[in-house]
Amino acid sequence: MSRVRLLVGTRKGAFVLTADGKRESWEISGPHFAGWEIYHLKGSPVDPNRLYASQSSGWFGQQIQRSEDGGKTWEPVGNEFVYDGVPGTHQWYDGTQHPWEFKRVWHLEPSLTDPDTVYAGAEDASLFRTLDGGKSWQELPGLRSAKGNLWQPGAGGMCLHTILLDPSQPGRIFVAISAAGAFRSDDEGQTWQPINRGLKSLYELPDPTAEVGHCVHRIAMHSSRPGVLFMQKHWDVMRSENAGDSWDEVSGNLPSDFGFPIDIHAHEPETIYVVPIKSDSEHFPPDGKLRVYRSRTGGNEWEALTNGLPQSDCYVNVLRDAMAVDSLDQCGVYFGTTGGQVYGSADAGNTWKPIVRDLPAVLSVEVQTLP
Amino acid sequence: MIRVELPFHLRKLARVDGEVQLEVAGPVTQRSVLDALEARYPMLRGTIRDHVTQKRRAFVRFFACEQDLSHELPDAPLPVAIATGAEPFAVVGAMAGG
Repeated sequence: MSRVRLLVGTRKGAFVLTADGKRESWEISGPHFAGWEIYHLKGSPVDPNRLYASQSSGWFGQQIQRSEDGGKTWEPVGNEFVYDGVPGTHQWYDGTQHPWEFKRVWHLEPSLTDPDTVYAGAEDASLFRTLDGGKSWQELPGLRSAKGNLWQPGAGGMCLHTILLDPSQPGRIFVAISAAGAFRSDDEGQTWQPINRGLKSLYELPDPTAEVGHCVHRIAMHSSRPGVLFMQKHWDVMRSENAGDSWDEVSGNLPSDFGFPIDIHAHEPETIYVVPIKSDSEHFPPDGKLRVYRSRTGGNEWEALTNGLPQSDCYVNVLRDAMAVDSLDQCGVYFGTTGGQVYGSADAGNTWKPIVRDLPAVLSVEVQTLP
Repeated sequence: MIRVELPFHLRKLARVDGEVQLEVAGPVTQRSVLDALEARYPMLRGTIRDHVTQKRRAFVRFFACEQDLSHELPDAPLPVAIATGAEPFAVVGAMAGG
């Protein structure tokens, strides 16, 4: 019988949650790397027991950990993230230019074909890659040539948080950067172009349709249709039919179109999920009701999914990397909250149950569907 | 033999219990002690000093012989008691407040 393994990164360590295909009874291991911030963990699609974790600390900096046994044991690998050449500068809060400074890795994206190749999205925004299983990391500096001097950090830091690898077109990579926007490369990350046409940031940018500077919170892609992208922006849920060349708003009847994560049903590429948050000033669900919204029409028409989720006095947030779907026949959907709950649905969002309630604030959730 | 005390998280990372004992060739300085420490435990590279600048990370302190040596020059000789092993060289995670 198939199994699922959730990889949960939190403010104070990593947790591995496993269940069989029924997804009713869960085994929880952790905390791994107790006391450290674990921004993200992810497994290799071609070697699911090969996991990578980003471990960081304000005191002691960045570590990358690797597991060969599905998260039972871990080994630190390379942690040297050095910008290529003279890193240059980007916009700073006071309008001056500020040098690029590495802070942490937000997201790790293992290659679709090689377990030793992994992309790492960093703050200050940049893309690194390892070809040797994490021992050494090299920047792909072409990204920062895409008007990087105009990028400016938002309140959450200037982080590269989303990396999507196109399974149909080797060499095509999408990334998204907080307060800079979305970018695409068609040559394995050597050169990049901004893909932000159609985004409007009426309250955040002096030119609401600027080429860069939009605060993209998350992008999602379905592997069967990689030219169609969905985006949760700071405000607005967006859709692109042409690999990001242009975007249209599909927020429709959402109670708020502010939010962080967005994800797609494993078997229905027009079924998408978001978690509306009240506003950029109040990072919690509207009316104290934790509701996942699902669209079965690729946007515009949304239904609230509430069965099993708290519908009063709930003031948690769901961060951008904290939602995932499994690929069992009945698609499972999972998300973690800043209150330390991880919720799961074994029926595509119709009903929800807490898998665990009292973890540290959840930063990321990934799921692996295992044979 | 030089004795080095590591903070909890770096002991866990390096998988050591208690103090670390190191042979240091030549003058005993912050730089030579940390070089020897990182040579023995490569996973500590970048955790105490920045990879590129080799400067002490902002929230790391060096204490020894009831003194804060954090602001001493990296090539300044450490106290004799450190060099003889009578006292440990302590790498400390700075107080976070709150």
